[in-house]
Amino acid sequence: MRPLINTFWLTGKELKSVLGDPVMVILIAWSFVVAVMLEAQGAGDTVRNASIAIVDEDRSPLSRQISDALMPPWFQAPVEMTADQAAAAMDRGEVMFVLSFPPRFAADALAGRAPTAQLLADATAVSQAQLGTDYLRNIVQQEARVFLAASPEAAPPGLGLELRRAFNPNGNPVWFKAMSSLLNQLSVLTIALTGAAMLREREHGTIEHLMVMPLSPAEVAVSKVLATMVVVLAAFTGSLLIVVRGVLDVPVAGSMPLLVSGAAVYLWAAAAIGMLLGTLARSMAQFALLVIMVIIPVIMLSGGMGAVESQPDLVQKLTLALPSRHFLAFAKAVAFRGAGLDAVWPQLALMAGLGAAFFGASLALFRRSMSVTG
Amino acid sequence: MNGVVEPVARVGRVTHRYGKVVALSDLTLDLPAGRMVGLIGPDGVGKSTLMGLIAGAKRLQQGKVTCLGGSMAKARHRTTMGGRIAFMPQGLGRNLYHDLSVRENMEFFGKLFALGRAERRARIERLTRATGLHPFLDRPAGKLSGGMKQKLGLCSSLIHDPDFLLLDEPTTGVDPLSRRQFWDLIAAIRADRPEMSVLVSTAYMEEAALFDHLVAMDGGRVLAEGPPAELMARTGTATVGDAYVALMRQTNADEHASPPAAPRPADLPEGGEIAIRARGLTRRFSDFTAVDSVSFDISRGEIFGFLGSNGCGKTTTMKMLTGLLPATEGEAWIFGQPVADQGMEARARVGFMSQSFSLYGELTVQENLVLHARLYHLGPALSAARLADLVPRFGLTEHMGQKAGDLPLGLRQRLSLAVAVIHSPEILILDEPTSGVDPQARDDFWRLLLDLSRNDKVTIFISTHFMDEAMRCDRISLMHAGRVLVSDRPEKIVEDSGAASLEEAFIAYMAAELPPETEAPPALTAKAATSPDAAGFSLGRLLAFTSREAMQVRRDPVRLAFAFLGSALLLLVMSFGISQEVRDIPFAVLDHDDSPASRAYVSAYRDSPWFKLKSPILDVQALDDRMTSGELALALEIPPRFGADLRGGHGNAVAATIDGADTARAGTIESYVSGAHGSALAGIAPGRAEAQMPPPVTLEPRFRYNPDMASLPSIGPSIPPLLLLLFPAILMAVSVAREKEIGTITNFYVTPTGRAEFLIGKQLVYIGIALLNFAILTALVVLVLGVPLRGSPLVLVLATLVYVVAATGFGLMVSMMTSTQVTAVFASTVLSVMPTLQFSGMLTPVSSLEGPARVMGSLWPTTWYMMASVGSYTKGLGFADLSGALVRLAVFGPVFTGIAIAILKKQER
Repeated sequence: MRPLINTFWLTGKELKSVLGDPVMVILIAWSFVVAVMLEAQGAGDTVRNASIAIVDEDRSPLSRQISDALMPPWFQAPVEMTADQAAAAMDRGEVMFVLSFPPRFAADALAGRAPTAQLLADATAVSQAQLGTDYLRNIVQQEARVFLAASPEAAPPGLGLELRRAFNPNGNPVWFKAMSSLLNQLSVLTIALTGAAMLREREHGTIEHLMVMPLSPAEVAVSKVLATMVVVLAAFTGSLLIVVRGVLDVPVAGSMPLLVSGAAVYLWAAAAIGMLLGTLARSMAQFALLVIMVIIPVIMLSGGMGAVESQPDLVQKLTLALPSRHFLAFAKAVAFRGAGLDAVWPQLALMAGLGAAFFGASLALFRRSMSVTG
Repeated sequence: MNGVVEPVARVGRVTHRYGKVVALSDLTLDLPAGRMVGLIGPDGVGKSTLMGLIAGAKRLQQGKVTCLGGSMAKARHRTTMGGRIAFMPQGLGRNLYHDLSVRENMEFFGKLFALGRAERRARIERLTRATGLHPFLDRPAGKLSGGMKQKLGLCSSLIHDPDFLLLDEPTTGVDPLSRRQFWDLIAAIRADRPEMSVLVSTAYMEEAALFDHLVAMDGGRVLAEGPPAELMARTGTATVGDAYVALMRQTNADEHASPPAAPRPADLPEGGEIAIRARGLTRRFSDFTAVDSVSFDISRGEIFGFLGSNGCGKTTTMKMLTGLLPATEGEAWIFGQPVADQGMEARARVGFMSQSFSLYGELTVQENLVLHARLYHLGPALSAARLADLVPRFGLTEHMGQKAGDLPLGLRQRLSLAVAVIHSPEILILDEPTSGVDPQARDDFWRLLLDLSRNDKVTIFISTHFMDEAMRCDRISLMHAGRVLVSDRPEKIVEDSGAASLEEAFIAYMAAELPPETEAPPALTAKAATSPDAAGFSLGRLLAFTSREAMQVRRDPVRLAFAFLGSALLLLVMSFGISQEVRDIPFAVLDHDDSPASRAYVSAYRDSPWFKLKSPILDVQALDDRMTSGELALALEIPPRFGADLRGGHGNAVAATIDGADTARAGTIESYVSGAHGSALAGIAPGRAEAQMPPPVTLEPRFRYNPDMASLPSIGPSIPPLLLLLFPAILMAVSVAREKEIGTITNFYVTPTGRAEFLIGKQLVYIGIALLNFAILTALVVLVLGVPLRGSPLVLVLATLVYVVAATGFGLMVSMMTSTQVTAVFASTVLSVMPTLQFSGMLTPVSSLEGPARVMGSLWPTTWYMMASVGSYTKGLGFADLSGALVRLAVFGPVFTGIAIAILKKQER
């Protein structure tokens, strides 16, 4: 009973501290409203608005037909250039693709000699180059067939492929981006808030004050975690309902309470990371550096910026320790695939377990640091 | 000296408010020049505000202040005159840099006032010899005792020979010996330069008695002013202390008027219950012994005083008694129970007040009190009763709604005390509870202590620098350098030492322990050869901030190690960890045909590196379930008669269902499936031209810059742009916020330092660190990741330079919006992470972004530096190709820094 009462009052104090600072409140609002919208709406397909130059040495109806088929939203209107100009433009990053038609391209095609068009792709962005090449190949071959048969319906019979996307049939990129952006905001805010609250207590000497009172380190630590969880979870839920579902119009297939509960579990894990950093750091500057060192992998290796399976095996094992990876897997399953608790409990258990591990480590460190500083 | 003296400063009808609280109300005052003027009055009556306004550190709200012949409302006058004023703010060593040595601190102040190297050297030598700081020139300021810190503060103030010296409670929290040395020093300086004017605020009435002129303040107004003798005569009192009390009582007639003298208790019963016992208590910190074998017994109900110079081990002893610090050797008992293994109940019996303010500054007085009442489980009714009792007793009634952090020092101490006694503890451990508290409040406080001790049998263990307080203790211990010199009843100590007062006795004991002070050389302050024009931009001052910041950074090697090792580690993890290829796509097949042809079709997928086959799907329901659980990213449904139709050339189709949750990945899988489908069919039925007609034209792709489509050359060069923004920006923001939070920004307010000098001076250091970091990252990219730098290294360096100017400029800008380090860390992280990671073209080219994100991407420096970095490494571009990006990149730094300079206030509010 006593620990509960203590935690309650300490949590109340933490809440007042956070909400009493207008800059903090504005930043939280910014993260969950403006940042989420910017990130979600800014997301294009992997290949979108790709800039392309055409080097046309054929100047035939076929080459023109292919040029005309390169359309938004995937490609910008092609620009005609000479080969040299195109190479220079690619150097400057102005064009991603250069499509070159050799002389007699159309004539050779008509004669059945299967001529070859050259495609130059800027491979500094690997996935765009890869995917764009596939798109272009399809477009070029499709247009050539149409050109030769003079009718699009004349595609030869054979075994076709029916591609269907489950859970997001139109491939609207906003859905996934909105979810991964929410995750990013959760991570940044929770880790920074919890750790800073811990460190501020130490820098101001108030922690000593707490430690001479009949309070245990666990109560102090838990209250900070709780306060952050309350604030961030409220912001998360609001953002999910109003911004993501309302403004961005992202449908949530699964159960809303489940999604929010999962976020709470993730918050526990993230807050525990923040707590750990807050006890490790000796000054705010050190803490800030630690936060950056942690936040970059948390965001970039969670699967939101590239699938987890694509990571090298070693890194895949390391990222198992990132709660954000499990949360994204959980959120994808619940929000888009409509998965229930039976499908996502492993992720929930992993997040809770990681949280407990981080929290336990920070508590041990905290106890030790209390007896060392003087 | 009876002639009319031209005032050094005139204050005309000044009113100053902090929110709703009025600090000064319509105050008018002339300060005589060439005199030592004392400012006395209770806590929170506006003494510090008044000094801040006169020194030009605070912005004038209403009224007129002229100082040294010009209006302080004019920025021009403040700057030209800044070199003639010296302001030492309240708080021990508040404007000093604790990680810098004595010499480095003084060097810095000397540089701010444009003293030449030789001049600085000579002055530091003279001043430190005169103050006895000379042997400690290389000791960090943070490791000095309180008295020495104040001396250093004074030396730093005097380094430029000011004509007007303002000292805000310079001796608060300083032991008697150091205090005496401090005033001797001031007297020597004044004897040397009689034209110098001094304005001092103090809580010690014995000190005030020695000043030329006193100004008594209350409630934001001047109550009375005049020479001490005149004030005593006017009130008909014998000492300045009594005169003060009499003056205050005129305004606060309702205050209880009992005499300040406390009733001396009868001698304590011998052999009473021992409340606190210590035996051989010792504490060592690595090489230095803070407390050396201290033993004592304190009976229940006794008031036990702890005296001694600052840093003699008083605080450490108290911390060991509260269990905050474990003892290295020896043991302590509270009510017979060892401190080391006391439980929660025992803690509730002790009240502790630490020396530094340790309540929550962001909570109000009321909230702080209620919180502590609740944490001690007083219950709502009892809490309310305690509050009703304590709040008026500590004079906090009018301040209940104020934030604790906004209270003046004296009021904060009272609040801390109220909190320490809120749960009616049986033992009170109070570490200098009355430092900075005005005499009347101290008197009230002691009345309370005596009441607690005599009537409630509360044991009180208290440390103090006030001798009148020490005289009120039942017993006192004198500590020095971790050892107890003498421990007895105060009267007995005075008697035994044969001194006239406890102060004399104390000083005698301490002086016997200390090495003899060097005599002050006669020429303490030879006038500076030239007093350079302080106005206008000064490169010297800017560089003074640079070298100081650089020294501070060097003193924190952990921070540097984090910055360098951390970014190196991140570079490696991220470069290897982020892979844009999609491989091992988990897929399974629902095969309605199950013919050799269909199996051959599936094996074409299985054998490619892109796909990974899972167990077969049994029915449509299982397909849905397994997709939903996320086990499968791709499900192939092969229709019945697949083999037959393939042979017969009939139209039929394989249905591929792709997990579309992650859209980017789904797009990639789609294109892989198309490719695999084509090659699978070609593999099964190579001869059947009509089944799969060869395409009429082919496309031959060539991947430029990165022909193998390897991930490293693509990712490697794009990681440094992230790190070179985030790290410098945050370090920069924290550095400025730290000055604001700790108070060293006062040095910027009260010296002629320009805004650009202050900010750019600090910025240079972080630019340097970022460039060093760049060198490390570049070496890693080239040597470890094996990505050759094909372009011009010079262009890359140039781009990096303008980029890190932008990054640090952003940090400066953020720090202008925040006042604490916490918000600075928070704001710089929240605001910079998203555009840097998401909108800078690292994984998604900026051209593929949409709407505001795209605009934001192009308004963020990382985008352009990303272009320069990737262009230099992989594309081998030179100046001509990158000039566009460079020009855009170069705009950010000056704009960010310029905004920060424009926002920065040269005065406090």
